[in-house]
Amino acid sequence: MNAPTCSPIYLDNNATTRCDAAVVEAMLPFFTEQFGNPSSMHSFGNKVGQALKEARGRVQELLGAAHDSEIVFTSCGTESDSTAILSALKAQPERNQIITTVVEHPAVLALCEHLEKEGYVVHRLKVDRRGRLDLDEYKSLLSPRVAVVSVMWANNETGTLFPVEAMAEMANAAGVMFHTDAVQAVGKVPIDLKNTKIDMLSLSGHKLHAPKGIGVLYLRRGLRFRPLLRGGHQERGRRAGTENSASIVGLGKAADLAMAHMAYENSEVKRLRDKMEAGILAQVPRAFVTGDPANRLPNTANIAFEFVEGEAILLLLNKQGIAASSGSACTSGSLEPSHVMRAMGIPYTAAHGTIRFSLSRDNTEAEIDRVIAAVPPIIAQLRKLSPYWGEDGPVEEPERAFAPSYA
Amino acid sequence: MWDYSEKVKEHFFNPRNSGVLDEANGVGDVGSISCGDALRLMLKVDPESECIIDARFQTFGCGSAIASSSALTEIVRGMTLDEALKVTNQDIADYLDGLPPEKMHCSVMGREALHAAIANYRGEEWTDDHEEGALVCKCFAVDSALIEETVRANNLSTVEQVTNYTKAGGSCATCHEAIEDILSKVAAERCTAPVAEAKPVAEPAPNGKAKLTNFQRMRKIEEVVEEIRPMLQRDHGDIEIVEVEGRNIFVKLHGACHGCMMEHATLGGIQSKLAEALGEMVRVLPVGAMGHGGH
Repeated sequence: MNAPTCSPIYLDNNATTRCDAAVVEAMLPFFTEQFGNPSSMHSFGNKVGQALKEARGRVQELLGAAHDSEIVFTSCGTESDSTAILSALKAQPERNQIITTVVEHPAVLALCEHLEKEGYVVHRLKVDRRGRLDLDEYKSLLSPRVAVVSVMWANNETGTLFPVEAMAEMANAAGVMFHTDAVQAVGKVPIDLKNTKIDMLSLSGHKLHAPKGIGVLYLRRGLRFRPLLRGGHQERGRRAGTENSASIVGLGKAADLAMAHMAYENSEVKRLRDKMEAGILAQVPRAFVTGDPANRLPNTANIAFEFVEGEAILLLLNKQGIAASSGSACTSGSLEPSHVMRAMGIPYTAAHGTIRFSLSRDNTEAEIDRVIAAVPPIIAQLRKLSPYWGEDGPVEEPERAFAPSYA
Repeated sequence: MWDYSEKVKEHFFNPRNSGVLDEANGVGDVGSISCGDALRLMLKVDPESECIIDARFQTFGCGSAIASSSALTEIVRGMTLDEALKVTNQDIADYLDGLPPEKMHCSVMGREALHAAIANYRGEEWTDDHEEGALVCKCFAVDSALIEETVRANNLSTVEQVTNYTKAGGSCATCHEAIEDILSKVAAERCTAPVAEAKPVAEPAPNGKAKLTNFQRMRKIEEVVEEIRPMLQRDHGDIEIVEVEGRNIFVKLHGACHGCMMEHATLGGIQSKLAEALGEMVRVLPVGAMGHGGH
């Protein structure tokens, strides 16, 4: 909104990533000379078909899938999630329960809420203060009535990783289908699906430097499946609709790049994230990391700043050209702070002031130094405005000192 | 990103009159940290002229909350208290060249803080009558609490009626599913399914039917109540007609219905059924209201 005074710093890569220049380059011919429909008999279509096959192979490799036919291209992560869950229910009408978690992305949560209204039973696994699941609770819920388990690989807000491989084993042993929404994990943590019992996995192109509007649903070979979209033979009849060929090619390239940068992501990006986090926490009192710091994505830092409101922080960061995001109620238009923060029992004094910094391989040391310098004065400035903050700390018993007459 | 006006941004980045006003003689606190925004307005009022000499604020909240607080202090400085009481939340929003619909509550909070501060100066009690829910209709900034309250109070059963009463859903129509959800929620509480075809809102109570004799009328009331009883019994409650006095029908609720939070809504639902069956306006009242002229 305001013109930044110096070059912008993008730390909102869990929201979306910059499309890699090499990805754009790979895509361009598919808008111009390679415009054919891969289903066509002529050579215009044939070359496109070849390119799609190659891209499918690259995604297969990134996911460690056993067969390239297990990769189904969709339009986005949300479509993949919906397809997976609805398919499991349609294919197994005798099962009417779903197991998921309270901290899933709305793509899963809102769908489950809707299915609940239609009569399905939804079990939502709770998390502890660090955002971890109770596997005993999970085990007790697995039964022949459960059609599908849907658990995210990594949380989008905190980066906390769930033990999906172990959970898939448990589901498999109980004869229950297992789906994971891995849109935040793919490209950031190594994945080898052929050696897991995961049946379905969702990924989203724009989270790993591919364009928006392309996603993947991994479907284990032999898994009972019912398509969401019918009306064409594309994706072997599992997802009708003319292929988004340019974006599929782009995703193939992005998968290549993700594999090449996997080590960098887990060493250098992680180092920068840790440096930034430590640098901010060393200077700002009453601030803490949310989620499970020892077990999370290498790129994500979610910091709660007590007694300040997230949107105000974001606006001031933005003024300095720094882009991040917040779990504050005000940034979403709802009145409640993020469901993830509430699920972890983060106190209200801090939940409204949570800021997520999510890095990528594009970020530099100089950028991180600038963020470390920029954040503390912003928090101090807002705390100075706040009725809950005194000279150098929160007022004694903030809730009492600030006493609305009607409370 | 919110579509904030330049004025909002300017007041957020450079808030006027922030900080503690030591010589304040009227202080208003509204909101709370759990709601995500809280505002303390401090006024220095000249006791002779009742004129606001100085106004300062402290705010915990988003960009528009801080900008609204800043604007509020600018607006009221120099006003007399009576003038200040006429300031509306729309005045605050207008001063900032408008606020996004999701953020209008920030201006409402400003007005409330002003009223609270003036009440505090005058040694009066100030009570908040404002309840908020999630924003449903973005076009007209109508929240779920208002829709729910209106549906309940007026026994509404269709989206069209909700639009007529609250404007919600009257423009882009994308919130109709959310409005339907509220309607079914309230209908479920009322123990009645939503009426498939509701009568237009403006239509007066049906009066085309031949007038019932007193006996027929009593019978009819009994019939309607008998129809409703199984539904209440399913919820472990019951109802009994005690007396009919003109347009007032006094009933006694038993079991789970008695003292239930939904008692009011239940009576409202029965009332509309009776009014429909009898073709006249009647009031269904708890037996406790007998002898008080129904009030």
